[in-house]
Amino acid sequence: MKSFEYAAPKTLEEATGLLSDRWGEAEILAGGTDLITSLKQQLTSPKRVVSLKNIGDLKGIESKGKGLHIGATTTLAELIANSSVQQNFPALITAAKNIASPQLINMGTVGGELCQRPRCWYYRNGFGLFGSKMETSTKLVEGTENARVNAVATTKTSTSLVRDGDNRYHAIFGNNGPALFVSPSSLGPVFVLLGATMIIAGAKGQTREVPAAKFFQTPKSEADRETALKPNEILTAIEVPITGLKNAVYEIRHRQVIDWPYVTAAVAFAQKGASISDAAIVLGHVAPTPWPVPSAAKLLNGTRIDNAVAMKCGDAAVQGAKPLSKNEYKIQLVKVAVKRAILAAGGIGKGVEG
Amino acid sequence: MPTANWPPAEKRSLIGKRIDRIDGPLKTTGTAKYSFDVNRPNMLWAKLVVSPFAKAEVVSIDLEPANSLRGVKATWKDDALLGKEVQYAGQIVAAVAAETEEIANEAIHRIKVEYKLSEHQVIDTNPELSKDKPSDRETGKVDEAFPQADVVVNGQYGLPVIAHCCLESHGQVTEVRDGELYVWPSTQNVSKYSDRLGESVDIPQNKIHVECQHMGGGFGSKFNFDKWGTIGALLSKQTGRPVKLLLDRDIELMIAGNRPSAYAKMKVGAKKDGTVTAVQAEVWGTGGTQGYNAPPIPYVFTKIPNTSLTGKGIRTNRGGQRAWRAPNHPQGCYITMSAFSDVAAALKMDELEFFLHNAQFTDRPEVYREELKIAADLIGYKQKAHLRGEGKADGPIKRGIGMSMHTWGGRGHPSECDVTINPDGSVETKIGTQDLGVGTRTALAIVIGETLGLPVEAIQVNIGKSEYPTSGGSGGSTTIGGISTSSRLAATDALNALLEVVSKKLNVEPDKLEASGGVIREIDKPDNKIAWKEACAMLGPNPITKRGQCVPGKAVTEHFIDANVGGVQMADVSVDTETGIVTVNEMVAVQDIGLVISLKTAESQVYGALIMGITYALFEECVYDAKTGRMLNPDMEFYRLAGIKDIGQLKVHLMTGKGYDERGVIGLGEPPVISPGAAIANAVANACGVRVPYLPLTPDRVIPVLLQQKGGIV
Repeated sequence: MKSFEYAAPKTLEEATGLLSDRWGEAEILAGGTDLITSLKQQLTSPKRVVSLKNIGDLKGIESKGKGLHIGATTTLAELIANSSVQQNFPALITAAKNIASPQLINMGTVGGELCQRPRCWYYRNGFGLFGSKMETSTKLVEGTENARVNAVATTKTSTSLVRDGDNRYHAIFGNNGPALFVSPSSLGPVFVLLGATMIIAGAKGQTREVPAAKFFQTPKSEADRETALKPNEILTAIEVPITGLKNAVYEIRHRQVIDWPYVTAAVAFAQKGASISDAAIVLGHVAPTPWPVPSAAKLLNGTRIDNAVAMKCGDAAVQGAKPLSKNEYKIQLVKVAVKRAILAAGGIGKGVEG
Repeated sequence: MPTANWPPAEKRSLIGKRIDRIDGPLKTTGTAKYSFDVNRPNMLWAKLVVSPFAKAEVVSIDLEPANSLRGVKATWKDDALLGKEVQYAGQIVAAVAAETEEIANEAIHRIKVEYKLSEHQVIDTNPELSKDKPSDRETGKVDEAFPQADVVVNGQYGLPVIAHCCLESHGQVTEVRDGELYVWPSTQNVSKYSDRLGESVDIPQNKIHVECQHMGGGFGSKFNFDKWGTIGALLSKQTGRPVKLLLDRDIELMIAGNRPSAYAKMKVGAKKDGTVTAVQAEVWGTGGTQGYNAPPIPYVFTKIPNTSLTGKGIRTNRGGQRAWRAPNHPQGCYITMSAFSDVAAALKMDELEFFLHNAQFTDRPEVYREELKIAADLIGYKQKAHLRGEGKADGPIKRGIGMSMHTWGGRGHPSECDVTINPDGSVETKIGTQDLGVGTRTALAIVIGETLGLPVEAIQVNIGKSEYPTSGGSGGSTTIGGISTSSRLAATDALNALLEVVSKKLNVEPDKLEASGGVIREIDKPDNKIAWKEACAMLGPNPITKRGQCVPGKAVTEHFIDANVGGVQMADVSVDTETGIVTVNEMVAVQDIGLVISLKTAESQVYGALIMGITYALFEECVYDAKTGRMLNPDMEFYRLAGIKDIGQLKVHLMTGKGYDERGVIGLGEPPVISPGAAIANAVANACGVRVPYLPLTPDRVIPVLLQQKGGIV
């Protein structure tokens, strides 16, 4: 960790004023569960860290119109404990609980969960966001970037370490460009599913609203980040409309304790009598952003939920997937996650029935 | 006079009983200080600069930019590396000592190292990468045996390199003061740790003081002071201040030891009745830059008449192997038991019957058969068993049972121990052993308490200092044998000295006396007695101190200790055949370990081994990137360890009583960690009807097998 200036302003306006208009010069600290490790590993070495902890307005969940307003620094534990969320958005509860680490749930915030950086092991080992920085020739090596071992001056390689290397946990969708990591957020796909709106504060106190589906972005260059936020903006709240849709999420992860999911599927639909309408399906951990699969969701509309329908949607959800060299197995996992999420949303068992 | 031989069952008040570990409260309250917790006044923090490259010449190392950072007190570089090549990523190149950990971390990033890159090789899955002369061993004639077999089964199996991943990383606090060297390492070898540690700072061994009171796991990786021990001493001498140098997790996982991988092509011939007649194995794997010893195959079934084993070591630019809890046994076991299970499946034979039948080829058929039957009862084998893939499935979740057998040596290491009886009746022992978390303190209190007729609380156990009588390193499951013998001998001698004194008062020959229940009494006339405290008061101002010594050969002859044990484990697993997620429902471990000293901590040792085994069966692997030569998961995020919810039900059965107790004490550290990988993998094959050949059993390995996809992770 490099030394930095620490600021803990009391107002949002002060906070945005302390940020920079260039990425990497200042970082925002909420729960710290991602930022602290990134600082330690020098994945980022900002001149200033701006803590949001003293800004009271950013915390808490309240009703607002026909929806819920979730403050960005609300902890995951507070989200899980909230009765309105429990009542309306079981998918959010499941997604948050699936994070499965009491430490992360108690310290981590909703906003931080959405803004956390990818877990790609090439990125985390200092090979850049796209895994394309590698030392290839003899030169004087001086440390700034590399996290794990003494820092390495890096050169861009024309090939992708991820594409040629161990990409078992990487993207099977949206991987035509240089970004092959998966969005690490567990809540993101659910907010996209529920049609949430992200409230963003910019410099000089203006706010803007961005639909959740547009909040997550695939970076075009290594210097870009994975959301619609500008370097001097702060995500202040998430507003989720209460629409009465049934919703559920199914996550496939290996360890029952803290672990990253292989894939998740979030499903929502309206159910009048037995008939389904307004279906939506969003996948997680399969692409650089949460990944809606509207064509698969459409198959649900007008049907009754049963195993056959759920399987059909699962199969449809992987249309267009392009596995990398070592992650074809994720195709199967997506099919199953979608199937089980649909069955869970439909209240049919736990979703694991054949 | 009481003899030192182990008391018969009816005379034991503490030995073999379920007694809480005496340092339990210290650990649960955080009072126990691990080496990591040692903080000395005015202490500096040291951090290491390691090579980011798997193979590269070190052209130059410039420490100056670090030295100019405020708070940096000393720097060190490895001049011996200049002009030479580092051999693996993570190799130590330089170090910094600074006022705070943060400053040290910032400083290491300032050190400039110029490297000239060479071509590295980190892949271990392809036998063609072996450049060493293969090892070959043949008994009987496999070529002649295969054509005569009723069935010949070919298979390929493997387990990757895994790290020890001690929760307390390697390292130490070092203090060079007034010409003496004080060191608090995390070590499994207190008495002999210092070795040549003083050479670099010109301090003789008689001025080195080693202390390790509590440590967080060694598993075979913490016998020596290592390069970081030398660096700590150099930095402390240079600054005149104590220096804390403990490896960060990433470096720990890259360079502080690992278990070599093993991949094998197996060919097994058998008769229709299940009798295995021939085993042919070609094994390859890596232990880093060092050479490679092929694991023992066929494992346990060593008396099969026709066997051949070819071993091909692959030298890789990866951190070096170290003894990992039962070196080479988990690999030999996994490959052998998997192949045998596949033979049973090919014969459509019940697996238990198959293993019972082939127990004839082991050293101890009767023990294994008994253990197989006990394990089968404990896991409910009759109710749960089915032929491979023929279980009744509840939707996509399929259940299966698998089993495995293992062996280990044990014995005891050389050990010396002092036991002192004080005039006020208090008792203490001093012994230069260590407690790796397994209950060594408790075992000592039990042996000495048993000998003196006192409760465990009455015994002050002092371990973990090099000043104490020399006791061996904790390797090869030898600690309990060594320390139980030396402490028993010391306590018996001390007691006999006390009985000499007391005998005058009780007016009876000392050999007619015994110590039991806090009194010393006449064996035949128990009313003729004296309370322990009163007896000790007769010593006047002079405590009794006696030294006991375990000389292993002699101790075996006199039945204090023994070697060679057998164990059987069974696993009951569920496989979600749609997701490839394997869940352990239950595991049973049946283990023969001779005379059990401390039953509760012995059982705990087995629980721990099962957890470690479940972890390597389902989660653990060191993932290396071919192109960069770097470990991709040197962290606790993708280097996965099982958590409490991943374990399932564990049942432990130790073979005790007649036929076992009289063998003497045998170590237990290693054996129960050998079988879990094989038992779990066999259970998975039993559940889903096909063999998933490579550990760990992750969805990325299971799904491609179930769907017959190409590729997949090896």
